[in-house]
Amino acid sequence: MTNSPTNSQNLLLQSGRWKLWEYPLWLLALASPFVLSSHALIINEIAIVALFALSLDLILGYTGIVSLGHAAFFGMGAYSAALFAKLVMPDPLLGLAVGMAAAGLLGALCSATILRGTDLTRLMVTLGVGLILMELANKLDWLTGGADGLQGVIMGPLLGQFEFDLSGRTAAWYSITVLLLVFVVARRFVNSPFGATLKAIRDNRLRAMAIGIPVTSRLAVVYTVAAALAGAAGALLAQTTGFASLDVFEFHRSADVMLILVVGGVGWLYGGVVGAIVFKLMQDAISSITPQYWTFWIGLFLVVLVLVGRERLIRPWTWMRRGSMGSKS
Amino acid sequence: MSTVHPVPAGAETVLSAQGLVMKFGGITATNNVTLNLKKGARHALIGPNGAGKTTLINLLTGVLQPTEGKIILEGRDITELAPYQRVRRGMVRTFQINQLFDTLTPLETLAMTVSQHQGLGGKWWQALGSQKRATERCEQLLEQFHLTGVMAQETRVLAYGKRRLLEIAIALACEPRVLLLDEPVAGVPAGEREELLQTVAALPADVSVLLIEHDMDLVFSFANRMTVLVNGTVLTEGDPDQIANDPRVKAVYLGHGDEINDAMEVASAEGAAA
Repeated sequence: MTNSPTNSQNLLLQSGRWKLWEYPLWLLALASPFVLSSHALIINEIAIVALFALSLDLILGYTGIVSLGHAAFFGMGAYSAALFAKLVMPDPLLGLAVGMAAAGLLGALCSATILRGTDLTRLMVTLGVGLILMELANKLDWLTGGADGLQGVIMGPLLGQFEFDLSGRTAAWYSITVLLLVFVVARRFVNSPFGATLKAIRDNRLRAMAIGIPVTSRLAVVYTVAAALAGAAGALLAQTTGFASLDVFEFHRSADVMLILVVGGVGWLYGGVVGAIVFKLMQDAISSITPQYWTFWIGLFLVVLVLVGRERLIRPWTWMRRGSMGSKS
Repeated sequence: MSTVHPVPAGAETVLSAQGLVMKFGGITATNNVTLNLKKGARHALIGPNGAGKTTLINLLTGVLQPTEGKIILEGRDITELAPYQRVRRGMVRTFQINQLFDTLTPLETLAMTVSQHQGLGGKWWQALGSQKRATERCEQLLEQFHLTGVMAQETRVLAYGKRRLLEIAIALACEPRVLLLDEPVAGVPAGEREELLQTVAALPADVSVLLIEHDMDLVFSFANRMTVLVNGTVLTEGDPDQIANDPRVKAVYLGHGDEINDAMEVASAEGAAA
């Protein structure tokens, strides 16, 4: 009996604890721009996409809101950060904060649209918001550069010390650090009582209401947070490439990030990271072989992943075992 | 003679539905229903299928907005309040069909519910389980509802009886002063029934309970006050003896009149034995 309190408490705290394998993994990630300096550009890209996917995981994986317009917030962050650097000042961290704040504000406004209606209508609304923003960025060409994109974004040194170099090492290190910080915060967020109420809303909204959870305000908060984090990813992209174009709002970005999350697994936080690595490396490898048809192979991979199941796909040694077990029974 | 204690004389009314009307298009599901739940009562709401029992629960908890009438909880009008606000004022329900959190374990479910109830639900920086008061309450509930053994299993894999227990444990985790039980033993196989009946019987005495139930054995062994609902209107209200001997109630239940008598006899016999 005396052990039982610690037992149940341990069980609860377990999911939020850092496992031993996680420390070397992140150290490796932080070291990668220096070790693999010739690949710094793609490392940077992976970190940004991973952050973007992580932000989607908060609403899709933990709260159960399907969104096809998440690029709206990514794009908002990208354009805000780029404009801030161009018109106000070139400090990257302040620009990042501005990008997050702008996207978060947009998310707070848009959260009203996801509180009503069924899953399908919500899906359509998220899609619509993305399209509206893309068209706005296109038409407001005096500010955004229209279809040409926002060019000539020059960033100041990071923390006043580290210049963004052409090889992209500073950029990659910057993006990975932001990803790590967001990951740490998101980890606490989803394992808190607040995060638990989100999972409750995901599993059963009716019952969540019936135990006193203010569902509407919880959804609004998590949508705003996810939007701000997507904005951070967008800001990182604009800052590290020195460019923001209409492409950041494109529908394929919203679709890609969902694919990435599905590849890596939803409701896990690492899903976005794993998915981003697999997706980007595959894209890189396959498009260097067949530049025009790489989407075919990505598509094939997805079909196989869904049919075989992720668990089995990453454990090839179980493929045969399943068969032998089947013959025994 | 009855096994149940009568409602204390002069007990105050904690929940009052006054002249509730609910219309769905041309259909009147609830027609001018007035119902008073006294403090500490074990009040059963019975009636044939389609009498509007679940509609009434949905009105009381705020899932539906009544066309007319009002609902008073502990002296305050709550007719306009959202479901979650009514829960915060102490009125909690269970569901006839389990409404659980399938991917959470019973431990996580109760820890989440208790934290929410203790006002920690908005905390996003602390870990779930780091609050001693919440975990202790959570363990207490697991113990009380015989769920300690399965606390780390996902809810969706639990046996039906355990899921039913969790359904009620969640409501109790909100520490209700008014508890609405919607057919708590519905569909529970005989072997798992006893565990459930015990926990229902052991509900804290100061909690006022409104029980919707088809099972006459349970109703007569549990309730000290009864309201009979027929076609959306209140047919009659009284203590168990009055209801059992009311010819109108027997007429409504037709062939089931005997069932009520049998249940009464069993309940009396058990009372005498105890």
